[in-house]
Amino acid sequence: MASRVRPSPINTMNTHIIPVRFEYFAPKTLNEAVDLLSRFRGRAKVLAGGTDLVVQMKVGRVRPEYVVSIRWLRELDFIDTREDGLHIGALTKLRRIEKSDVIRRGFIALYEAAKAMGGVQVRCMGTVGGNLCNASPAADTAPPLMVYEARVKAVSTRGEREIPITKFFKGPGKSALEPDEILTEVMIPYQPANTGSAFLKVARTSMDLAKVNVAAAINVREGVVRWARIALGAVAPTPIRALKAEAYLAGKELGEDVIARAAEIAASETRPITDVRSTAWYRREVSKVLVKDALRIAYGRAVRG
Amino acid sequence: MRVRFKLNGEPVEVDVEPNELLINVLRERFGLTGTKYACGIGECGACTVLLDGEPVLSCLTLAADVDGHEVVTVEGLAKSGELTPVQRAFIEEGAVQCGYCIPGFVIMAESLLRENPEPTEAEIRDYIRGNLCRCTGYVNIVKAVKRASKYFKLAPPGS
Ligand SMILES: Cc1cc2nc3c(=O)[nH]c(=O)nc-3n(C[C@H](O)[C@H](O)[C@H](O)COP(=O)(O)OP(=O)(O)OC[C@H]3O[C@@H](n4cnc5c(N)ncnc54)[C@H](O)[C@@H]3O)c2cc1C
Ligand code: FES
Ligand code: FES
Repeated sequence: MASRVRPSPINTMNTHIIPVRFEYFAPKTLNEAVDLLSRFRGRAKVLAGGTDLVVQMKVGRVRPEYVVSIRWLRELDFIDTREDGLHIGALTKLRRIEKSDVIRRGFIALYEAAKAMGGVQVRCMGTVGGNLCNASPAADTAPPLMVYEARVKAVSTRGEREIPITKFFKGPGKSALEPDEILTEVMIPYQPANTGSAFLKVARTSMDLAKVNVAAAINVREGVVRWARIALGAVAPTPIRALKAEAYLAGKELGEDVIARAAEIAASETRPITDVRSTAWYRREVSKVLVKDALRIAYGRAVRG
Repeated sequence: MRVRFKLNGEPVEVDVEPNELLINVLRERFGLTGTKYACGIGECGACTVLLDGEPVLSCLTLAADVDGHEVVTVEGLAKSGELTPVQRAFIEEGAVQCGYCIPGFVIMAESLLRENPEPTEAEIRDYIRGNLCRCTGYVNIVKAVKRASKYFKLAPPGS
């Protein structure tokens, strides 16, 4: 089985330079940035922290003619509590998310995901917007945002629109964004009382992308699950919600047999592949374990308040 | 294109290509070879520098992106020839074998102790998980950071 796994181009193509020529722009405002993208019509790439894009350019997988660096656009770097929910700017660094008290207290699965990503340097560079727009099936911020039913905002010269995060991922490396759009913020509704959530990840090392990652959120009243949400990453072409397992859990008391059954159902909703990080079989088996653990932790947090 | 930034405290100017990486500009244009290139894809931390005070990977940073900002490399830590507490502690604990990874660890230790002057062993290990060392096994590196944290307590930087 292992012999059928092709080596990653990252290991064979990488050198100490970027073997791609491009023109570089560093717009000072969001307006300027979307103007540039509309002018370059799909031949430009947006650069945020660069922890995905620069690696892709180094191995020649992405060859933009123009790079529009939005790295220092401060107007997209914020964590704001507003009436309708928490707003996080697309350029907010993972390190800032991990250090935010508001996020740790109110949206703990997102805190746990950010903390589990890369090392400190990667988190001081990488942004939440970059993690989503890169659209890796293993993106760690995706499962928490999916169980919180977040929405994202995209802006272009044609105007702005909101996209539910559950409709944002279209395939490996493909998001719902048009090439002239910039992701500007993530909006997370406040979770009702008696809701608990959790994020868990299994990876080869603490620095690596997930073999499988899982987030769960549960709302409990008088010992009964009113609703549960489960999202899994790296087990399908995009991060997914386990909708059948969620439907099964609604209205049930969360005993060990119910947890085990929900995990079986969730695993049956995955479509994993075998690649350099893991085999499909292992991913499906570990999905069950992570779903069970995430449900138990989320439930405990829901009832303890 | 012309890029102006502060490098180890001094204002500098340099012409760079849009696709030039910060690590190559530091090493080849400024001769600051303390910053090391190893994996080139963000996995090893050997190329870590401080950008506006935060540890970042110079192998994944476009030189053009530091225009108007401040970069500190391992060469810029010691002031007027005197080693920093972190550098002293690395020597005293024998935390160095081949030395290739050490500039990255030294930058990370400085950054950790500025954020958290009394880290636990678990906090130290978590903070340096983005830095690989193929020689030491990390034990003496962790000891060095602990020792440096004692020096920090006695004389916080800037005192
Ligand atoms: C060593 C290492 C470890 C890593 N570990 C993890 C991990 O554990 N988990 C994980 O999920 N990821 C991991 N990553 C991947 C990466 O760090 C994250 O995905 C990060 O969040 C990307 O953000 P960025 O700002 O660096 O994105 P960039 O590289 O700047 O951009 C990524 C993509 O998104 C686009 N883009 C960025 N921002 C916007 C925007 N606002 N609007 C429109 N398009 C945009 C870019 O054009 C590009 O295609 C790791 C990377 C490295 C190098
Ligand atoms: S050379 Fe930059 S992280 Fe390895
Ligand atoms: S001392 Fe040799 S790699 Fe760390």
